[in-house]
Amino acid sequence: MKKSYQSLEDNSTHNMKQVIYRKLASNILHLGLILLFAFSTSLTAQEGDPTNGKSLFNTNCASCHKLDNKMTGPALRNVESRLAEEEGLDREWLNSWIRNSAAMIKSGDAYANKIYEEYNQTAMTAFPTLTDQDITDILAYTAQPKAEPVVAEGPAVNGGGGTGGASNNLILGALALLFALLAGALILVNRTLNRFAEEKGVDRPIKEKGTPIWKAFVQNQFLVLVTSIFLLLASAYFVYGYLMQVGVDQGYEPVQPIHYSHRIHAGTNAIDCKYCHSSARVSKHSGIPSLNICMNCHKSIGQVADEVQAEGLNEYGVDYNAEIQKLYKAVGWDVAEQQYTGKTQPVEWIRIHNLPDFAYFNHSQHVSVAGVECQTCHGPVEEMEIMYQHSSLTMGWCINCHRETNVKVQDNEYYTKIHEELSKKYGVDQLTAAQMGGLECGKCHY
Amino acid sequence: MSSNKKYWKSVEELNETSSIVETLQQNEFVQEIPTDEFLGDKESLESSSTTRRDFLKYVGFSTAAASLAACEGPVTKSIPYVVQPTEIIPGVANYYATTIADGYDFASVLVKTREGRPIKIEHNSDSKTSGMANARVNASVLGLYDNLRVKGPMKGEDVISWDTFMSETTSKLNGLNGKQIVLLTASMPSPSTDRLIADFKSKFGNVRHVAYDAISESATLDAYQAKYGVRGMANYDFSKAMTIVSVGADFLGDWQSGGYDSGYSKNRIPANGKMSKHIQFESNMSLTGANADQRVPMTPSQQRLALAKLYSYVVGVALPGDLPEGLDKMVRDAAKALSKAGSNGVVVSGIQDVNAQTTVLEINEHLKSKAFDPKTTVKTRQGNDQAVMQLVADMKAGRVGALIMNGVNPMYTLPNASDFEEGLKKTELSVAFSMKQDETSTNCQYIAATPHNLESWGDFEFKSGHYSMMQPTIRPLFNTKQFQEVLMGWTGNSGTYRDYIKSTWTQGVLGGASFNKAIQDGVFISGAVNNSASTTNTSTTSESEDKTFVGGVIDDVAQGLGLKNEEENTTDNLYAQPTVLTGGTAARALGNSAKSEGLELSLYAKVGMGDGQQANNPWLQEFPDPITRTTWDNYLTVSQADADRLGLTNENVANGGLNGSYANVTVNGVTVENVPVIIQPGQAKGSVGMAFGYGRTAKGIKEEMKTGVNAYPLYQNFSTTQNVSVSKASGVHEFACVQLHNTLMGRGDIIKETSLEIFNTKDKHVWNKVPEVSLNHIETPVTSPEVDLWDGFDRSVGHHFNLSIDLNACTGCGACVIACHAENNVPVVGKSEMRRSRDMHWLRIDRYYSSEDSFEGDNEKKENISGLGSSLSEFGEMENPADNPQVAFQPVMCQHCNHAPCETVCPVAATAHGRQGQNHMAYNRCVGTRYCANNCPYKVRRFNWFLYNKNDEFDYFMNDDLGRMVLNPDVTVRSRGVMEKCSMCIQKTQKTILDAKRDGRLVKDGEFQTACSAACGNGAMVFGDINDKDSKIAELKENDRMYHLLESVGTKPNVIYQTKVRNTSKA
Repeated sequence: MKKSYQSLEDNSTHNMKQVIYRKLASNILHLGLILLFAFSTSLTAQEGDPTNGKSLFNTNCASCHKLDNKMTGPALRNVESRLAEEEGLDREWLNSWIRNSAAMIKSGDAYANKIYEEYNQTAMTAFPTLTDQDITDILAYTAQPKAEPVVAEGPAVNGGGGTGGASNNLILGALALLFALLAGALILVNRTLNRFAEEKGVDRPIKEKGTPIWKAFVQNQFLVLVTSIFLLLASAYFVYGYLMQVGVDQGYEPVQPIHYSHRIHAGTNAIDCKYCHSSARVSKHSGIPSLNICMNCHKSIGQVADEVQAEGLNEYGVDYNAEIQKLYKAVGWDVAEQQYTGKTQPVEWIRIHNLPDFAYFNHSQHVSVAGVECQTCHGPVEEMEIMYQHSSLTMGWCINCHRETNVKVQDNEYYTKIHEELSKKYGVDQLTAAQMGGLECGKCHY
Repeated sequence: MSSNKKYWKSVEELNETSSIVETLQQNEFVQEIPTDEFLGDKESLESSSTTRRDFLKYVGFSTAAASLAACEGPVTKSIPYVVQPTEIIPGVANYYATTIADGYDFASVLVKTREGRPIKIEHNSDSKTSGMANARVNASVLGLYDNLRVKGPMKGEDVISWDTFMSETTSKLNGLNGKQIVLLTASMPSPSTDRLIADFKSKFGNVRHVAYDAISESATLDAYQAKYGVRGMANYDFSKAMTIVSVGADFLGDWQSGGYDSGYSKNRIPANGKMSKHIQFESNMSLTGANADQRVPMTPSQQRLALAKLYSYVVGVALPGDLPEGLDKMVRDAAKALSKAGSNGVVVSGIQDVNAQTTVLEINEHLKSKAFDPKTTVKTRQGNDQAVMQLVADMKAGRVGALIMNGVNPMYTLPNASDFEEGLKKTELSVAFSMKQDETSTNCQYIAATPHNLESWGDFEFKSGHYSMMQPTIRPLFNTKQFQEVLMGWTGNSGTYRDYIKSTWTQGVLGGASFNKAIQDGVFISGAVNNSASTTNTSTTSESEDKTFVGGVIDDVAQGLGLKNEEENTTDNLYAQPTVLTGGTAARALGNSAKSEGLELSLYAKVGMGDGQQANNPWLQEFPDPITRTTWDNYLTVSQADADRLGLTNENVANGGLNGSYANVTVNGVTVENVPVIIQPGQAKGSVGMAFGYGRTAKGIKEEMKTGVNAYPLYQNFSTTQNVSVSKASGVHEFACVQLHNTLMGRGDIIKETSLEIFNTKDKHVWNKVPEVSLNHIETPVTSPEVDLWDGFDRSVGHHFNLSIDLNACTGCGACVIACHAENNVPVVGKSEMRRSRDMHWLRIDRYYSSEDSFEGDNEKKENISGLGSSLSEFGEMENPADNPQVAFQPVMCQHCNHAPCETVCPVAATAHGRQGQNHMAYNRCVGTRYCANNCPYKVRRFNWFLYNKNDEFDYFMNDDLGRMVLNPDVTVRSRGVMEKCSMCIQKTQKTILDAKRDGRLVKDGEFQTACSAACGNGAMVFGDINDKDSKIAELKENDRMYHLLESVGTKPNVIYQTKVRNTSKA
């Protein structure tokens, strides 16, 4: 299983590189094509308005259709011309299909029934409200040529940046060489001058040999004492600092088998953390979501938006679409057939937050009972392209929070009596977790 | 007056000059740290090339290397489900109701599963009709993760596929040419299996089904069948009995398949001045005898006579035969008590004799006993001795074509195993359905690998009309198929066994009720239960055929007893005639059969091991026997007098271990050699006892578990009592016995005990006196705050947990010990470590012997000793009470003292007190000084001398990946060098609190449980929050019987005990 993973990863990096080079090469060609097609469509297009068509498409059709890929329904790029060429069906046929496909199937129309059978007998929703103009607009939109993502500048800029960095290094290296040469020259000059002086018999003033500094230092016992104390303290400080971070993995950011961007999911799309990490509500584990949770959305999101893809390639060097393909491979989803193959390959995520065996932590206590935001411990997850360990997860860190955080007692009958009694005892309005017993050893260690 | 009894745990303690006791009183850890072994060996020390400097260099290097290695954390992987099952949430336990039924133990249970792994067995509280899960049932979950299970079907030594197995066996079954096919199974009271066997019979024709119990109840079944027409056993409800007389019946153990202890305990707690009176006549000291108010030791032959006499005294028929004067008086008293109690009395007997069992039925009918319920047939024993003997004879004669066995191991359990082996070779096809390569299956042509109970489907009828369902709690771990599935394959039924059960149930059992509900509940009581027993007699072909076969035998017996005609005349109005004259015949025959020649042997089943099928379970091997407190062994129990006569000795050696002689035991020319001997107080003179279930030799048993000696060769004619000759053998046996651990230090108020008479008539200060100390020359109770060294804390806020242990209800069964083991990841340490007193049990059940008379007289006698001659005789006399001691059981775990001595001495504050009353133990903080253990007055702290997991030196369940599946993920697995102890199941209390918080509600009474309190079916252990004033525990805390262990120490424990009250007139 491990091996296959390795290969999956290898492929992806390989793909990524390929993509970059291809994009680079075909860049100008695409620009030209776009211009050409824009010109030609304006010639052939009737009164259709592709902009309006796009918005209509997104409102009415996009949940089942894509332009270039099969989804619940067929891909719709150039649907009108394709139908005309392959099946000899005209606009009239399309209009009646869109407005009431069920009736056409019933009427026994050959192609209508063929499509119906091909897509698992899923009848298309009827759109009787769409006017002729609307349909024309939509078709105009579908007749637009496939626009390659505008990534033309990306690699170029990256390349530029790369050379820029290289040249900086080069300049610095050259400077260093220059200085070295200068220093060498000076030494040589000095040596030559000395030789001249010797030959000419010039008396150079001879320095009085005093006690060397180190000897003076050694003789001054007080200084030795102070220095060694200082050195000992300093080294103790550093050793302590070093030892205290042993086993603390703050900032741990491993490469995961699938590049999953919390930034996109939790940030851009603002998906609630607990939609995926649902067991955090009821269990000690927050749970890594099973792949079927991913498929709730990714069944219909096989590709990211072009801008996002571009952003991924430019800023993070990752091909999001390829990453989605990894998900499909793992979960065994056949994109072409739109069905599960049953061949699954569980994903071996690298665990980031590791508590030792002797520490008990329960997510539901913090998430459901205390209502603590996930970000309190996990940091700005919605900004993390790659997940990392935000907090130190040390005991001191836990305890500090327990000392400072008030217990959320509102509307919780469990706390009513104990809070009343304890707050009276401690003379406070709001009890902290520590006052509630959150510092006792046995609450976390058993 | 408080009881003046002196308690003692070993005969050695009575010997006041014993140096061993002296030594043990000084040392808590019995043996020195074994550095001596190394340092003491001068030669190896000198020949070693490592100098001190080198050593220091190595230490320095390895420390540096270790700290460097620690810098790089290991990469941990998390692999989520691809498709997560909806019912599984990682971190949340699921419970399934199912059944453990292995042919010996039958219990409805709840199985706790985590992430799909069954990790613990608990009692199913919906099951009202069968007993609680005992220690063996609790431990059976470990059998699931046994690495030595058969992992697929085998042909000889080769693993084959199920397809090969099915095709080969089917063709062999078809090619037998009319030769007999025999199904030899353990007791399986399963309606669906019965139906399947009927299908099998109709398909293959010449099929015989023989039920076989390793430890037979055949005589009971015969007697019941002769009287009531149905093969089974009468049901008893001891909660309805106020006077219980038992003649050799260990009904708190495995008598008639067990499960009677919870009913018994209900009446043992004195309420309104009343409790049941229990008189026990027996030879071995059994768990039941240990709980009796009055225990009369007598040999098995005397028991026969005693039962006959009891009949004659109760019914009023004169019978010949004479008991010794003292015993006869006891029997007469018991009869008087029974007659007085009338329908509140009940008699039970464990004598394996049709006449004895018939007599018992007669007496109970005569008494019209309310506790005796013959209408409800108990079906959990079905074995038929004659049928098994006939089968062995048929096999030897070559009349059996195919032998198919399920759940039995006759090569180990049959007394004439060699005959069986000979016969087995003559069969054309032999198949053993087994989880193990055991003694029998390795001798068969095919081993059909069966799943564990927790991986199987099944339905059981424990008692007529009382059903229990078995459902899988995990997918089969290995390539296994259950017996029923294969039967279905042979009969050409392609469905699943689950569907087969469903069809059986919808056709017959359910009567319109929901099948899914029955599976969910795990138990089902049919509506027909209230009708007469005959309606629930679901007679299948197999049963009726059995009956014809057996009938011949039974008819003989019945006619011999003159019962048969009687039965025919009185079936209609069974209870109309209280005096059944023919009963006298049975009793007379019984009395006449009471002949003894020399020593008599009583074979019994140990609480931990039962019939021995779980011998590979380290939890059970390490489980201390409630009576002898011995682990990892069986032995011959001998009375002191007989031991002296035979020259058998027991001695406690300097390290606290118990050593014993070996003996050779001979029955009818069959000798079992080198049986270790334990001198058992209370063993009837002239009798010896020996437990089944040990001495396994099979391949599927780990070397470490092949302990003890096999007693089955002595089990001739399926009779548990045998005339025996015992001779001393050479050698000394080392027991791993926890008996002399932690002596009482002369503090006799550990167990408080009184008699019912005093309890009812005297003030509580008389029988449950709080110890007093002198404060300014005024005697002040230790509970008063003035005498306390410490300031008390305010514990009135929040929860405050207390655990109450009722010494009256505790029978010492040990289910709690195993439940604690499973819940808290307690390691198994093995026999040699046990012998070194390094047991890790968080919960132990101390057993104290006490003598009926006070020791004051003995002390006086001791003072008056003059000269050597008189001291010898008088010290001898002082040991007399050991002939028939009274026994008390006391479960002891960490007492969670509010003023805990352990907490104040910990140099690193690793043990600290919580507000909720629990004494916390932070393992990661502990540095292992063991000061706490030294300062604990209760000796409940356990030290990890070694790493017990992933260590080949301790090759038990924690040393293989499969065995570790049973670990509770919520409890830390402790490492070497740290102290551990009972946590009062803080993981369970914390979970209960969290559940309440999440639901935003208060915790209800009864929700808080510890593993031990949940496992205790006898109501002896009650756990709860005493700040909840309406709770049961708060009430128990205020009970008059309440006391604390070693109250005078002033530790203020959170575990409370309820004074033991015996139903006797003297204290």
